[in-house]
Amino acid sequence: MDLSSISPILLVASIMVSATPILFAAIGELVVEKAGVLNLGVEGMMITGAVVGFAVGVNTDSPLVGFVAAAGAGAALSFVFALLTQYLLSNQVATGLGLTLAGLGLSALIGKPYEGVKSPTLPKLDLGPLSDIPALGTMFFRHDIMVYVAVLMVILVWAFLKFTRGGLILRAVGESHDSAHALGYKVVRVRMIAILFGGACAGLGGAYLSLVRVPQWTEGMTAGAGWIALAIVVFASWRPWRILIGAYLFGGVTVLQLNLQAAGAKVPVALLSASPYLITILVLVIISARGAHGAPASLGRSFHASS
Amino acid sequence: MDDTLLSIQGLTKAYPGVVANDDVSFDIRKGEIHALLGENGAGKSTLVKMIYGLVGPDRGTMTLDGNAFAPPKPSVARQAGVAMVFQHFSLFDALSVAENVALGMENPPKPRDLAARISEVSEQYGLPLDPSREVASLSAGERQRVEIIRCLLQDPRLLIMDEPTSVLTPQEVDILFETLRKLKSEGTSILYISHKLEEIRALCDHASILRHGKNVGTCTPSETSAREMAEMMVGSSFATPKARDVTLGEVVLTVDNLTLPALDGIGTPLRGISFELRKGEVLGIGGVAGNGQDELLMALSGERLSDPGMVHFQGKDVSRQGPGERRLPGLLSAPEERLGHAAAPDMSLTENGVLTAGKRAGLVKNGFIDWAKSRLFAEDVIEKFDVRTPGPNVAARALSGGNLQKYVVGREIVQKPELLVINQPTWGVDAAAAAAIRQALLDLAHGGAAILVISQDLDELMEISDRFGALNEGRLSTPRPVQGLDMEQIGLMMGGAHDMEAAHAAT
Repeated sequence: MDLSSISPILLVASIMVSATPILFAAIGELVVEKAGVLNLGVEGMMITGAVVGFAVGVNTDSPLVGFVAAAGAGAALSFVFALLTQYLLSNQVATGLGLTLAGLGLSALIGKPYEGVKSPTLPKLDLGPLSDIPALGTMFFRHDIMVYVAVLMVILVWAFLKFTRGGLILRAVGESHDSAHALGYKVVRVRMIAILFGGACAGLGGAYLSLVRVPQWTEGMTAGAGWIALAIVVFASWRPWRILIGAYLFGGVTVLQLNLQAAGAKVPVALLSASPYLITILVLVIISARGAHGAPASLGRSFHASS
Repeated sequence: MDDTLLSIQGLTKAYPGVVANDDVSFDIRKGEIHALLGENGAGKSTLVKMIYGLVGPDRGTMTLDGNAFAPPKPSVARQAGVAMVFQHFSLFDALSVAENVALGMENPPKPRDLAARISEVSEQYGLPLDPSREVASLSAGERQRVEIIRCLLQDPRLLIMDEPTSVLTPQEVDILFETLRKLKSEGTSILYISHKLEEIRALCDHASILRHGKNVGTCTPSETSAREMAEMMVGSSFATPKARDVTLGEVVLTVDNLTLPALDGIGTPLRGISFELRKGEVLGIGGVAGNGQDELLMALSGERLSDPGMVHFQGKDVSRQGPGERRLPGLLSAPEERLGHAAAPDMSLTENGVLTAGKRAGLVKNGFIDWAKSRLFAEDVIEKFDVRTPGPNVAARALSGGNLQKYVVGREIVQKPELLVINQPTWGVDAAAAAAIRQALLDLAHGGAAILVISQDLDELMEISDRFGALNEGRLSTPRPVQGLDMEQIGLMMGGAHDMEAAHAAT
């Protein structure tokens, strides 16, 4: 094989692009889990966002409108989850899994007419002198706006959780909903908002796949990215900065294995394709073995004011 | 009427099937400590929840300082100057002291100012506390300080305290009472809820007594005997456990240098615990919560295995045997946490009976459960221990704390243990039921069983134990006969004294 065909500069640039969908989904799910809700429907919300974003983007010829629609679609789907789990007290794991199945089916239905259609592209930003820096410019400063929005989202979530009263209340609700209720905080309302935010983020991540990364619609195109996002939240021990590391790590392995395939590495293609998932599992096992704590104490538990 | 702070008139609150508060009226004056007494389920919690705005009354009115007072939510009550220290602490383990305090305030200052305010107030009232510590690392007494300081920072006019001393050492109780008296002298009114009549007599100016949701009278505790108050509470007289002559038999349990690491890095490790327990003997183990009580129970019950040779039961090494194997020859145990540890919340009482009594009471044959027999077993427990429930098919979760406690304790006693290890046997149980449970334990010991009681209620331990030892950071003090022990010695044995000196110095 010919490793020299892999350009480190282009590799880093494509890692940033390939990590973006997972980054969106994972930072959204982090907020949801910090509020004490386990939404396993990330995959379903992502793919719904992907198809709705693509359809609206194609019809309006504006990718940005597509992204807004995708966020709305993800939030709408998560609203169903929120109603079921927060008001009707259904089991979060079962409801989340159901959401994923529903999302996959719904997206296939909506997406049928759009197969093979080409989407409008999101322009690369020109950051002036920054983009012109040799090597670094290509690596970090010649991407479309959503790459930076994703990173900005991580920073905003981090600052929100650490410095604001709203963030403190959200963490308190995830830590002990009974105590938060006793102090007079609206547990269900906080969780509803967090779930909607998580849904919108997952929708954005999905739309990034269909509008920028691929860019076209194919059925089941998220290919487990939602599950990876869930794993990355655990990997990150529920800390925003580590979400960034986790997403770039996974994105890195994905891009690297594609490059290795292109370079003709003497490893079975199936194994290379599976490597990002295998490495995710491996990292999770290592982290769990070290006894990673930091999960919100009320994670996955239903809350009802009477109990 | 001028010195009345809060006046409650005819408050009524009904839940489906039960009237929690029925036409309750009383007044709390400015700068007094007013006790609210009552059995479990007498409606104390519902009443304070209405004052604090967590639930709304069906009927009746409250006036605060002469103005109508009907808080729709706690934040309104807090703004009106009502603050509450909860029985089950309303704290967040993973957050720092300062963050916990901020969550309980309407308009918290900036984090740095808040930390300074916390240090200032904690110094002023003799409650030392580091604002940056994570709550998970605090002792029960320190956690309570967080709650109290959270309330004090809002300059409350009425401070509600729900069973504040149940988790404290005698020294910590003294510090708390100092603080409360100081608050009172500054004009703050305190509504003090407790079971402990002696405390109320020592601290409170007036007491209102609730029974079955009704106010059955207000008295002046310093002029009323504890027994009279207890009888008002219960509505009849009850038996206090009788003294007994102890006949000690052979050694049942030998614990030799029991050492276990902390579970998952949290909790307390056990460090070189050694003692013996004989037939007919009651060994009481005290200590501040979180000093190894749960861990000791788990090591003895078989939930956690220890190295060979550390635990001998009836002369056999059981260190490597699980709970089932230990239960069969009669080593039974009842942990502290009722819901989730002693009982499976969503399973019926019958099913919960089978879970611990299955083999020893012969409810399981060839791997099949004999449901008819299991039901009889559960009914037997319900009847003997006066568990108030519609029947054995009710889920454990549906019982009140006190009733479930009676069931889980009774379930073990009915199995006629050779050795019973029990943690907090009367936690949250009303006076009459607590007396009944203690009497049952004494009767059991009289019948020749050995009993190890772990409790945070020192009066209880003094009442039923033959010997007393205390856990401190996973070490057990050498057990000593109860006769002749005074509170000072007990406090030293409990050794939770590490931050007591600082507290005394500050007051």
